[in-house]
Amino acid sequence: MKQLSVDHLLGIKYLNKNDIDLIFETANHFKEVINRPIKKVPSLRDITIANLFFENSTRTKLSFEIAEKRLSADILNFSAGQSSVKKGETLIDTVNNILSMKVDIVVMRHANVGAGVFLSKHVDAKIINAGDGTHEHPTQALLDSYSIKEKLGTVKGKKVLIVGDVLHSRVALSNIFALQLQGAQVKVCGPTTLIPKYITSLGVEVETNLKKALDWCDVANVLRVQHERMDIKYFPSTREYTQLFGINQQILDSLDKKIVIMHPGPINRGVEITSDVADSKQSIILNQVENGVAIRMAVIYLLAQQIKR
Amino acid sequence: MSSKLLLNSKEIDIILHRLACQLIENHNDFSNTVLIGLQPRGTFLAKRLKEILIKDYHIKDLQLGLLDITFYRDDFRRRQEPLEATNTEIPFLIEDKNVILIDDVLFSGRSIRAGLSAIQDFGRPNLVELLVLIDRRFSRHLPIQPNYRGRQVDAINKEKVKVCWKETHKKDAVYLEQNI
Repeated sequence: MKQLSVDHLLGIKYLNKNDIDLIFETANHFKEVINRPIKKVPSLRDITIANLFFENSTRTKLSFEIAEKRLSADILNFSAGQSSVKKGETLIDTVNNILSMKVDIVVMRHANVGAGVFLSKHVDAKIINAGDGTHEHPTQALLDSYSIKEKLGTVKGKKVLIVGDVLHSRVALSNIFALQLQGAQVKVCGPTTLIPKYITSLGVEVETNLKKALDWCDVANVLRVQHERMDIKYFPSTREYTQLFGINQQILDSLDKKIVIMHPGPINRGVEITSDVADSKQSIILNQVENGVAIRMAVIYLLAQQIKR
Repeated sequence: MSSKLLLNSKEIDIILHRLACQLIENHNDFSNTVLIGLQPRGTFLAKRLKEILIKDYHIKDLQLGLLDITFYRDDFRRRQEPLEATNTEIPFLIEDKNVILIDDVLFSGRSIRAGLSAIQDFGRPNLVELLVLIDRRFSRHLPIQPNYRGRQVDAINKEKVKVCWKETHKKDAVYLEQNI
């Protein structure tokens, strides 16, 4: 019998290969469920989940919410903007107040690195990290690897390029851990100002020439330029960034192979990726969104399995 | 552990043919009837019945689906060991169809209850019937009875009925096992 080796999903670095295989296997079953005429199963009808989003989010929040609803869980939605956090309440007080309403699982996005780990040590609920600052975003990395596996048959041995704003990305780090755990090679590409100094210590190569990097890879995971996280100028202009690191059809046509294009969204169309590439047959961006629901259903289901009544 | 042989392969073969004939009596050419085997163990019985109906009784276009009920169980989180899902493969619509739900052993009736809930998610069937190889009487937790049964068995709760199929155990047999 299989179950996760962890009590919470705080980051990919806490998982092992068997955990990822189990999550993917369970997601396969849920993918079948969400393609049925009636896309709902009653598994979690006695579970209550709080979605605590201390940072703005559209797609991750919607994806978690629909995953929870399709498992028949009860949901509490919380946005920091309209809450007592504005009045100075601490994270633990906020969460403990919510847990007093008999919540079993907390899905949390927070601007601070390690917020999920902190919470898991102080409250009695299963914690799912939906993004902690620029640190980890484990469910996004899982759905990215799952989408690669679905498209190419396996992740092992594949060459995956992460292009763009690696410095401010929580997707990049989780992706690196998840891909390496499954035997893929990872390279990053972007302006040197947007590549963290420590990145090579993770066994990741850096390439600053986009054409060379694309020539090397089987999959390009294009990251969003996170203007909202940039407190200083990291590159001279958006136009220059696009010219040097933007993925367009012209550069893809110059390769002697068809690579897979991914993007965690939301897309800055015409900046890091052009519309024709985002909407092309090489792009699996919408598959990523569909797989996100199945992966999140799997993670929630597997963690809920550990809650004994 | 001691075990007693309840059915040998010849007896199972006779029972399967009898069940196939009973199905034909009620469903004729199966033009509006589908077989649904409950994962994991009911699928062996369902596949075997399909084979007999096609080969020996020349039923054409017989549709067989495999249904996993893991996500519909009422003992999720109450078991010591985690539940493991298997594949659901129902590549046809069951709206207005006559559905024969197939499982190897009918015990408490909870698996069948879960199966009935799961079936609803694939449409509204015209009729649902239940076929089991072994019906353990006096052990029901829910008011569920089979329409077709291979053999009725009286067993006390500590005893376990084990169905072996040649696909997994090299020979067909049904045993009553007892913990000493």
